[in-house]
Amino acid sequence: MDQFANLKPRLVLTGITKRYPSVVANENVSLSVRPGEIHAVLGENGAGKSTLMKIIYGVTKPDAGTIMWNDQYEIIAAPSQARRMGIGMVFQHFSLFETLTVWENIAMALDEPVPTAKLAAQITEVSEKYGLPIDPYRLVHSMSVGERQRVEIVRCLLQEPKLLIMDEPTSVLTPQAVLILFKTLKRLASEGCSILYISHKLDEIRALCDTATVLRGGKVSGDAIPRNETNESLARLMIGGELAECHLIPREAKEVRLDVEHLSLESPDPFGTSLKDISLQVRSGEILGIAGVSGNGQKELMTALSGERLSTSGSMIKLFGQPVGALNPAKRRALGLTFVPEERLGRGAVPPMSLAYNALLTGARKGMVQKGLIHPSVMRTFSKHVIERFKVKCGDEQSVASSLSGGNLQKFIVGRETMLQPKMMIVAQPTWGVDVGAAQLIRQALIDLRDQGVALLVISEELDELFTISDRLCVLAAGRLSPSVKPAETSIEQIGVWMSGKFGDKAGDGAAPANSKLETAYAQA
Amino acid sequence: MLRLERRATPSSTMSIVSPLLAAAGMLVTGFLLFSALGKDPVEAFYLFFIKPLSTTYGIGELLLKATPLLLCGLGLALGFRANVWNIGAEGQLTMGAIAGGGVALWFGDSDSMFAMPLMLLAGVLGGMAWAAIPAFLRTRFNTNEILVTLMLVYIAQLTLSWLVHGPWRDPQGQNYPQSQGFGDAETMSVLIEGTRVTWGIVYALGLALIAWVFSQKTFAGFRMQVAGLAPAAAAYAGFSEKRNIWIALMLCGATAGLAGICEVAGPIGRLQQEISPGYGFAAIIVAWIGRLHPIGVVFGALLMSLLYLGGESAQMGMGLPSAITGLFQGLLLFYLLAADLFISFRLKRVVPITEPTLPTPAARIESTA
Repeated sequence: MDQFANLKPRLVLTGITKRYPSVVANENVSLSVRPGEIHAVLGENGAGKSTLMKIIYGVTKPDAGTIMWNDQYEIIAAPSQARRMGIGMVFQHFSLFETLTVWENIAMALDEPVPTAKLAAQITEVSEKYGLPIDPYRLVHSMSVGERQRVEIVRCLLQEPKLLIMDEPTSVLTPQAVLILFKTLKRLASEGCSILYISHKLDEIRALCDTATVLRGGKVSGDAIPRNETNESLARLMIGGELAECHLIPREAKEVRLDVEHLSLESPDPFGTSLKDISLQVRSGEILGIAGVSGNGQKELMTALSGERLSTSGSMIKLFGQPVGALNPAKRRALGLTFVPEERLGRGAVPPMSLAYNALLTGARKGMVQKGLIHPSVMRTFSKHVIERFKVKCGDEQSVASSLSGGNLQKFIVGRETMLQPKMMIVAQPTWGVDVGAAQLIRQALIDLRDQGVALLVISEELDELFTISDRLCVLAAGRLSPSVKPAETSIEQIGVWMSGKFGDKAGDGAAPANSKLETAYAQA
Repeated sequence: MLRLERRATPSSTMSIVSPLLAAAGMLVTGFLLFSALGKDPVEAFYLFFIKPLSTTYGIGELLLKATPLLLCGLGLALGFRANVWNIGAEGQLTMGAIAGGGVALWFGDSDSMFAMPLMLLAGVLGGMAWAAIPAFLRTRFNTNEILVTLMLVYIAQLTLSWLVHGPWRDPQGQNYPQSQGFGDAETMSVLIEGTRVTWGIVYALGLALIAWVFSQKTFAGFRMQVAGLAPAAAAYAGFSEKRNIWIALMLCGATAGLAGICEVAGPIGRLQQEISPGYGFAAIIVAWIGRLHPIGVVFGALLMSLLYLGGESAQMGMGLPSAITGLFQGLLLFYLLAADLFISFRLKRVVPITEPTLPTPAARIESTA
C-alpha cells in the first residue's frame, strides 16, 4: 500500500448511512480510494456492499454522510452524473439487449450520440488495448457470458473512467477467464484508474487487491491489506467468527436412483441452450456435482429433471428405475424427488405469501392437506421446524417470503426440500448469494442427507464448493456433459478446460459416465 | 418534498382502506361535476345515493341488481386471482340465459316441479359451455383469453338476438323481438313481499360463502392463487397450468350462467334482446373493488348496484343523461387503481441534503496509510 502513500485520495466516503424501511443497509461507512488502487469491498451477502456502490454510482441517495471526489464535495444525484464525473460500474447482472449488436448496446448507454463507424472503431481500439477482444458488429445473443462481460467493461472504459466499480465480476467466469480479467484490471490500475472490487471470494481478493474494506452488518468491521492476511483472518473480519469446515467421509454409493440416458432436448427459448446427449447416473448415498457457468444448459437440465419441462421420450430419464420423462413435477415429487431451483423468489417461493404457505407449496403430502382442505397447524409446525433447524432469520413463519434476504430465503427453501425426506434431491446453485456461515450450514445439510443414503445432484458455479462436497464431478458446457471424475483425481485447471467445452467427443462410445476407465483417461488427458 | 417509497411489505390496512378512498374520490369528483353542470349537488347526491334506498322497494331493487353483479364478480375474482383474464362474463351470462330460457320455453306453461331446477342447471351449463371455448383455445393453442372471451360476448348477444327475432319469437308478441313469457313454475318466486327481489340473491350470497371457503381453505384454491401470484412457482410445485385455466373459466362460466338465468327467470320473465345493462362488464370493477376476495365482492356488488339505481334516479329526478352511471363506475375504478398504488408504496417526506457539515476525512486516511 506504500506505493499510494503520497497520492491524494480520489474518492472519500465519510459516515455514509442508508436506512431502508426494514433494515439499515449502511451505517456510518467510510472508505477512501486513491488513483491506481484496487480496493476490495468485502462482505457477506446483505452486508451492504451493493447499497454502498449504488450510492457512489448515484443510483441511491444516502440518508447521511458525505462523498468527496477529487477534493470536492459532491452530491451524486444520478448515474449520468456519476458517469460524467468519471465513475463507471459493471453490474453483476448484465443489462444488454440480446437481439442487438455490441455497438448498438453501447450506443444506447452513451449520453451523447456518436456516429456508428466512429463508435465501432473506438470499441475495437479500447477492447484491443485492454486485451478484451470483441467484434462491435456481433449480436449479443451469440456471445458467451464472459464475452458479454467484456462488452459491459468496454462500455465503461469508453467513458474513460477514473473509478471503475466491479460488482462480483467473477461469478460468471471460468477460472481461465478470471485470470484474463485480472490482467485487464491490473493494467487499468497501472494507468491510474481506481478500482472498487466487490466480492466475497477471499482467494481472488488476496490475489488482486491492494487494500480492502470489510463490511459486516452494514458497518465497517475492519480495513486490511489482503496480501498480508490469510483467508481465515479475512473470513473472521467478514463473519465475525471462525469458519467451520465441511468434510466428506468416503462411503460406498448404493443403488442407482437417477438414471439419465442420452437425453437431448431442444431449448424452447431461441437464446437458450439445447441439451445434447446427456447421460448420467446418481446413486444412493453420493453427491454428483455438475460444474459449469450458468447459461450452458443448467436451467434446461434442471427443468428437464424436475419435470417442469417434459421429455419427448419418457424413458430417457429414470427415477428409481421408473421412466419419468412424461411425469409432471408433482408426480415426480410423489416418487420421492425434491429440488431447489436457482431462482428463489418467484419459483422456489411465492414472494407475497407467508413462509407457512410457502411450505405448503411443495409440502402438501406431509399432512398439510387432508381431503383437499388445508391444515394450517401442520403447515405452521413444519415451517417452524425448518426455520429453527436452518437458522432462518425472519419474524416468524407468518413473515412473507419477499421480506427475507436472499440468503435466508435460500436457507428456508433448502430446508423445506430437505425436511420433506427425499430419496433423491436436485439442488441448483445451493449457496448463490448466501453468506459464508449459511453456505456452510447448507453444505453440511446436503452432506448429512448423503450420509443418510439420499442421492444428490448439485448444479453449481462455485468450483470450490463442488470440490468440497462432491463424490463425483462433471462439467456442463454448451449443453453437453463431460465424463465424471472424482475431485481428488482432477484439478481446478482441468475442470476449467472442460468448462470451455473441451472434453473430447463422447459420441460413438455411448459409455455412461460411470465408466471409470474412461473417466480416468479424461482426467489424465 | 414528497417521495414515493416502496413498503417493506404490502399494507393490508391500505388494501381495505383503498376502496373507501376510491369511493370518497368518486363522491368529491361527482360533487364538482354536479356543481359544474349547474345542478344542486346536495339534491343530486340525495337522488343518487339516498333516495333509492329510502323504500323497501328500493332496497329490493338494490339486492335485485346486486345479484348478477355478485354472481359474475365472484367467478371473475376467482379467475383474476389465478391470472386468468376472463372479461367475457357478459357473454357467459347471456349464454346462461339462452340455455336456461330455452328450457323454460320447452316446459311452456307446465307446472312441473322439475322446471326450475332444470332451468338453473341449464343456465349454469350454458355459461360453462361458453367459457369452455376460451379455456380450450387457451390450453390447446395458447390463444389470449382476453380477446376470445370479449369477442364471444358479441357472438352470444347476437345469438340471443337471432333467437328472439326468429325461432323463439312470441307469435302473439306483435312482432316485438321477445319470447313468450315464462309460466308461473318457470319464474322465480319473490323473496320479499312488495319487491321484485328473488331467491337469486340467496343463491349468490351462499355462493359467496362457498367461494370464500374454496379460496381460503382448500388446496385447489391455494393452487389457483399460486398460479396467479407466481406462475413459475406453480410450475415448480407441479400445479398444472391447464387445470388452473380450466377451473378458473369453468367457475366463472357457471356463476355468470346462473346470473343470466336468474335475470330472465326473475325480473324479466322472458327472453328478449336486451337482458343485461352490462352486468358482466361492471362485475370486473366489482371484483377489483372487492379486492378479489369473495366477501369483499359482496360489498362491491352492493355499491355498484347502488350506482345503477342512483343513475336511474338522477335521470328521472334531474334529467341528467344516462351516461352518468357509466361515468361514476369509471370514476370509481380510476380512483381505486390510483389508491391501490399505496398498498405497496407510501409517501415519505424527504429532507433535501443540505451542504455537508465539515468532515474530517484526513484523519481516517492517515490511519489506514
